[in-house]
Amino acid sequence: MTDDDYDYDRAELRKKLDKVDEVPGSAKPNPILTVDRITRRFGGIAAVDVDHLEVQRGSITALIGPNGAGKTTFFNLLTGFDIPDRPQNGGEKPHWEFQGRSLASTSAFRVAREGMVRTFQLTKALSAMTVMDNMLLGSQEQTGEKLSRSMLWPLWRGKEKAIRAKAEDLLGRFKLLEKKDDYAGSLSGGQRKLLEMARALMSDPTMIMLDEPMAGVNPALTQSLLGHIQDLRDRGTTVLFVEHDMHMVRFISDWVIVMAEGKLVAEGKPGHVMQNQAVIDAYLGSHHDQDLGDDSVLDEDFATAVTQEDAELVKEKEALEAYADSVRAQEGDEN
Amino acid sequence: MPVVVAGTRLFTHGGSYMLHVRGRWGLIAAAIIVAASALGLVAAESAVAAGPIASGTSCVADATTGCLQGKVVDDNRNPVAGAKVTVTSPSAATGSSKTAKDGSFFFAVTEAGAYQVALDPSSLPTGVTPKTPTLTVTVELSNITPAGFALNGHAKGSTSHAAASVSFWQLLGQQFSQGLLLGLLLALAAIGLSLIYGTTGLSNFAHSEQITLGGFLAWVFAVQLGLNIVVSAVIVIALTSLSGYLQDKLIWGPLRKRGLGLTQLMVVTIGLSLALEYVFQLIFGARVYPVATDLELNTGPLNITPTAYWSMLVSIVVLALVGLALTFSRLGRATRAVADNRALAAASGIDVERVIRIVWIVSTGLAGLSGVLYALVNGGVYWLTGAQLLLLVFAAVTLGGIGTAFGALVGSLIIGVVANVSTLFIPQDLKYATGLVILIVVLLVRPQGILGRRERVG
Amino acid sequence: MDVGFYFSTLFTDFGSTALSVITASYVIAAIGLNIHFGFTGLLNIGQAGFVLLGAYGFAITVRFTQNFWLGVVVALVAAVLFALVLGLPTLKLRGDYLAIVTIAAAEILRLLGDNQLLAPFTGGTFGIPGSAFSKPFSALSPFPQNGLFQLGPFNYPLSEGDSWWLRIVAWGIVALSIVVSFLLVRSPWGRVLRGIREDEDAIRSLGKNVTVYKTQSLVIGGLFGAVAGIVNVLATSVSADAMGRTLTFELYTCLLLGGAATVFGPLLGTFLYWLVLVFLRDTIGFWVPSGILSQQQIPQITWIFVGVGLMLLVIFRPQGILGNKKELAFGD
Repeated sequence: MTDDDYDYDRAELRKKLDKVDEVPGSAKPNPILTVDRITRRFGGIAAVDVDHLEVQRGSITALIGPNGAGKTTFFNLLTGFDIPDRPQNGGEKPHWEFQGRSLASTSAFRVAREGMVRTFQLTKALSAMTVMDNMLLGSQEQTGEKLSRSMLWPLWRGKEKAIRAKAEDLLGRFKLLEKKDDYAGSLSGGQRKLLEMARALMSDPTMIMLDEPMAGVNPALTQSLLGHIQDLRDRGTTVLFVEHDMHMVRFISDWVIVMAEGKLVAEGKPGHVMQNQAVIDAYLGSHHDQDLGDDSVLDEDFATAVTQEDAELVKEKEALEAYADSVRAQEGDEN
Repeated sequence: MPVVVAGTRLFTHGGSYMLHVRGRWGLIAAAIIVAASALGLVAAESAVAAGPIASGTSCVADATTGCLQGKVVDDNRNPVAGAKVTVTSPSAATGSSKTAKDGSFFFAVTEAGAYQVALDPSSLPTGVTPKTPTLTVTVELSNITPAGFALNGHAKGSTSHAAASVSFWQLLGQQFSQGLLLGLLLALAAIGLSLIYGTTGLSNFAHSEQITLGGFLAWVFAVQLGLNIVVSAVIVIALTSLSGYLQDKLIWGPLRKRGLGLTQLMVVTIGLSLALEYVFQLIFGARVYPVATDLELNTGPLNITPTAYWSMLVSIVVLALVGLALTFSRLGRATRAVADNRALAAASGIDVERVIRIVWIVSTGLAGLSGVLYALVNGGVYWLTGAQLLLLVFAAVTLGGIGTAFGALVGSLIIGVVANVSTLFIPQDLKYATGLVILIVVLLVRPQGILGRRERVG
Repeated sequence: MDVGFYFSTLFTDFGSTALSVITASYVIAAIGLNIHFGFTGLLNIGQAGFVLLGAYGFAITVRFTQNFWLGVVVALVAAVLFALVLGLPTLKLRGDYLAIVTIAAAEILRLLGDNQLLAPFTGGTFGIPGSAFSKPFSALSPFPQNGLFQLGPFNYPLSEGDSWWLRIVAWGIVALSIVVSFLLVRSPWGRVLRGIREDEDAIRSLGKNVTVYKTQSLVIGGLFGAVAGIVNVLATSVSADAMGRTLTFELYTCLLLGGAATVFGPLLGTFLYWLVLVFLRDTIGFWVPSGILSQQQIPQITWIFVGVGLMLLVIFRPQGILGNKKELAFGD
């Protein structure tokens, strides 16, 4: 996987992002995804109303915000699972493009074919199929999926072998290899999340969109998930993920976008964005008590609370990076 | 006289209404009918005497009898009385009859096959001649075979209807009011179906048998036991509601608890519907049972019978009451809450199972009432009455937007009116097909139904 | 009235049912339904419509042209068009919509078939007698045109009507249909269908055009239905009322009995279904005095058994005989 303008070197990427204005809708040096004027209303309430947004290629970008901020709806709109409202009063149509190609009014499957693959907040592992079948479905290269070729097995048997090998490789990375013949329904919640992520990777997406990858996953698995996400980035997949728990966001993301009540309220580097007044207002004003990962922060001065937490977070981050290194090392051995 | 319902063959197994229903099937509803109908099931048989070819003023087809019947009309479409009609059977037996005041003639025959039907020109008024003096028709037992004669010319005193009564707009008006009536009756059943769907997610295919049950029970009480029709209707509603209660208690409630999927449950209702249909046929045969026995004339602004006016009024009042109850009563609000989000409703202290049970009781009662009224205004009830209406009811619910009670009403009225008005342009027996075609067309244009919300995905 | 006679009748009836062209046509139609419902999760409750359309398309064409192959082509094309008409408005919507539209469309076809206005083509309620369209098929027979052939208790014409020739072809088509359905559902294409049955949105997110797959599935299953219609009417005659809703419900019973989403489920289920019906008919007819149940009431009793049987099957063994509980075809 080589890509000339992809920043495999993360320090390089961060250096570039340092120069970006920390305001909502700021321009990025090398955007992979650009969104303009996208709105979606449900019964008069604007669930999503985003004027402009760019996502930097090669970054791990977190999309955070309190419950009901419109993050999942925004994801659905971008990936073709929902349709934005038509502009009122003859305004300009919504527009968003991925790698320079417009995705407006593109159906969900085409978005995936363009290389932007998503996962779901409530995992959509196909529970009555085996783990391996789930993986094989992730590939977009099996021509045997065409009706006209389906019955002529010699035409697709070779490809099937290659895809299977790739699936086994990915399952190995995600520690699911020995489960490959089990029904996906028998996996734990965290394993399903892993499976869904692995399945999405079967098509070598340019960008992966993860909707709350950590929700419902037990803490032991969370760390490995975070490791995987960073690993994805290092291998050439841009990551955009939704999360409302700040803990996760802080170590792994290069850039954070904050949504509240459907709008972008802030953007910036993870350390900075949390001190932004708009973000504090969004979280404290939303009356959702669990959003910052710690109830106590709601009662105190928010910024102070975050600073106090920082020390602990740094420790956790170090532990995590050590873990990520061990994952990489292990893979190095396998290769 | 029994009405032949469009496109349906009637099979009757004459006279042998032996009852053989076992309680362990759990079909309590069936048991109720058995009990009720055992009171007197020597149903009014044909007015025609036995014999190879008998003539009379009416005819009922059954397993051993076929009906050959028709009318003689002049070129003003006025009936011609006293015309002599002779029929010859395949085995060369003959029978003849003179047409009644309304120009009609009836023959009951016991042999199937090709019959010659001849009109004696000399029996016609002067200046009137048959267009075709002899017809050949194929008679089937247990069925009604039409054989009509049109004449050239007309006798003095036969006035032309062309200007007086058959203007297109009058016909349209009449079909429109018939359509409203059908729509209201469909709505009674549709709202129940929609409520059950809304609160439990179940597409209940056995809802049709609740309509049929209502019709048959009305016949048992109003005709067999001779009770006043209003009293009968009240009893019928009580009994059909009871059947709903028992169904939910014995079948649907336990199955919900068992955790059956909605598709599975739907197939269960299909099985139940099939079983009940044939329970009805086993008990009642395939004959049509008239509930209204008096002949009524069309009258008033809508040009429909007084019974039809009453039926419309009753439907409107009941529908309004249901609407008000859904909107304003505690129970109604609870029902809507359950339909909106079952888990949330349960969390906020609503007894979901109780609400669902009441929904079953009300829905089956409404369907029962619909059956009573339908049997009253459409000539009677037979084992497939509900089955025939069910798809229209489903179409109405889907058309209005699945799961919205008000949408079910609107959908029903549209289906009823369009189906009836369409008979001005297409054959009468395709009337119900029109209702179904509209459904498919509407789904093409506006998939969420007329009042439904656009779907959210993901 | 001796028991020996009862058993010999029963076993002869079992045998003729197992050989019957009607049984074969049910298997073929159920294989089609299995592709829809079992493998794709499409709730088609109008499979009888496909069967009816195949029957009419074939019979009317052959009746007027006496060309067997043209009849087959017309029947298949009609089924494809019907699938597209049903699929386009509904396949993007929730499953309930497909259910109501398929059953409604099948009912429309039945009403049209019965309609007197189209009687010059369809024969109205009388239908089309087999003699009007079965000749060109008999002419294809390698056996002598006339004459009967007896094998044990089974004595059928060699080539004409409900013949040995038709039996061989019908069961040959059954075998072919099973092979085709096996190849289809074990292919990557079939894997996508099963994925759709599980969760369409997941499959969409993986870059598959779900609507196209569902349409293909509806067309393929419908083609099996149309072929079943052709096979069926070659043995009997065309009658719209014989191919109404109850036929669809029977097919579901066959499919669920054998096991939806299994390759051999339709075959096994249909066999069992018919054997049970024959058993009930013969047993009631033989043992229950006609004073309690008249001859005409036996079909009603068997229908009640079918209805109740379908209920019990779905409640207590939804995976059927061959199915795997973990891989249940029923959604939600």
